[in-house]
Amino acid sequence: MQIYLPIADMPVNIFLVLGMGLAVGYISGMFGIGGGFLMTPLLIFIGVSPAVAVASVASHIAASSFTGAITYWNRRALDIALALMLLGAGIIGTATGVWLFTTLRALDQLDLMIGLSYVTLLTIVGGLMIYESVRAVMRARQGLPATIRRPGSHTWLHGLPFKVRFKRSKIYVSAIPVWAIGFTIGFVGAIMGIGGGFLLVPMLIYFLRVPTATVIGTSMVLTLVTMASATVMHAVTNHLVDAVLALILMIGGVVGAQFGARTGQRMRGEWLRLLLGLLVFAVGLRFAFELVVQPDDLYSIRYVRGE
Amino acid sequence: MMRRTALTLLAVMLACDAEPAAAERLVVSLSNQQVAINSNFVGENLVLFGSIEPDAGKTALRSAYDLVVTVTGPRQTLRTRRKQRVLGIWVNVDSREFVRVPSYLAVLSNRPVAQIAPRDTLRRLQIGLDNFLLPQRIGPDIADTVRDEPFRLAFVRLQVRQGFYREIAAAVTFLTPTVFRTAIPLPADVPTGKYAFDVKLFAEGAMVARTNSALEVTKAGIEQYVADAARDHGFLYGLVTMLMALLTGWIASVVFKRE
Repeated sequence: MQIYLPIADMPVNIFLVLGMGLAVGYISGMFGIGGGFLMTPLLIFIGVSPAVAVASVASHIAASSFTGAITYWNRRALDIALALMLLGAGIIGTATGVWLFTTLRALDQLDLMIGLSYVTLLTIVGGLMIYESVRAVMRARQGLPATIRRPGSHTWLHGLPFKVRFKRSKIYVSAIPVWAIGFTIGFVGAIMGIGGGFLLVPMLIYFLRVPTATVIGTSMVLTLVTMASATVMHAVTNHLVDAVLALILMIGGVVGAQFGARTGQRMRGEWLRLLLGLLVFAVGLRFAFELVVQPDDLYSIRYVRGE
Repeated sequence: MMRRTALTLLAVMLACDAEPAAAERLVVSLSNQQVAINSNFVGENLVLFGSIEPDAGKTALRSAYDLVVTVTGPRQTLRTRRKQRVLGIWVNVDSREFVRVPSYLAVLSNRPVAQIAPRDTLRRLQIGLDNFLLPQRIGPDIADTVRDEPFRLAFVRLQVRQGFYREIAAAVTFLTPTVFRTAIPLPADVPTGKYAFDVKLFAEGAMVARTNSALEVTKAGIEQYVADAARDHGFLYGLVTMLMALLTGWIASVVFKRE
């Protein structure tokens, strides 16, 4: 069944889009991430323009992270104070990202920028996750205990001023890296149409040493607010949010996420991280391939303005 | 805006305004006066009927006619970009702006336009994709280029591939020597706006009659509502979309809450 998308200006098969929402939702529920890094490329692949895809996926991620956040809130696995500080920085990052998005679109370099950001971020993060999880899997094979977390171990980040205590996460860190992380996530989220969950979770664990108990819930709150504000900002500045497309995606997404979460809970942590790492890395390679291989047609057309 | 009937067989009949020596008149009728893009729009085939009538007082009709229908959609400014390899990756390095060119352009005739009239006539009347004026911004000037200029070639090629531009040499069929019919395919992603139909009649290589007609492609129903809201009330639209996301997320967590 075909449905015409009013902003993307094209008809799509409603079941195809619903299926995409379900599949990405399943993966996002399984790994506790938004799944934007998969959804945006998929939409571009079926012919939605990159700009509309990035702007519309934001609201889809907002929906699935809201479902997740409610679940974690009920389990008290949420650090509101930490989330609020990350958020303040996240909103500034999102605004900067939306502004750069608009500027690059005018300069004809948006597609390149989106492509390059995907390649860099995904291959690096994917590679690191594979490395880390393979080591954890090997360790488990040899019967050794999983990486011992040393509470006393401090990095140079802990020497920075403006220290703040986050009670629920039981950490005492400088506000500077917290703001920097929040800004980065908001910024890349707005440009790439991703929630940044797959970036935020490792950052919180490795840089701030946030315990795993509160990390996913906190990350979901951040994703929720940055993506919700990205939706509004994209709608105001670029008028490119396709509400019909977003609605179909979110219905599939929230349902898929519920089933994915159940599968995820039955899997071992290191295997889950290895799978996610491989997935992230593969998507990164796919983008690298596109930038390096000669396109079918060297020319392309972009709409400038109507009458 | 004027309300028009969606389907009418009696369309505007416009008399010819062309070559004074003409002894004939064209009468055409479009299957639709309006095309509405609603949520199940997947493109449409328009049909144009017409007949060649002897002009008042004269009776002599020639035996062989040629007919060319040029359909132009609303004007748009489009940028054609060229990629080149820079430091190993493909980057847009050069671009050319095509100023106020038709978003949709179909040239339909009963045989290849090159056989219908001499080259300079085609050029003067802008018949065929090669001869249609596609002005580009080149430095401070806006001008069309020679037909085999790389950007013009690429632009037409891409528009043809998208289904926005087309030249079909056997699209017009003569049902009788003086009654003709042609189908005009509108792809699903056509831009909204006014579409102009320019019908030209040729005999022995010269234009003998000309008429035109028009129709409007508009978004209708929910499609129009959403598009208007996104354009005119960006903030409110964004807010509503965001609330819709939150509501969907909340409903899912309520529905699936079991343990």
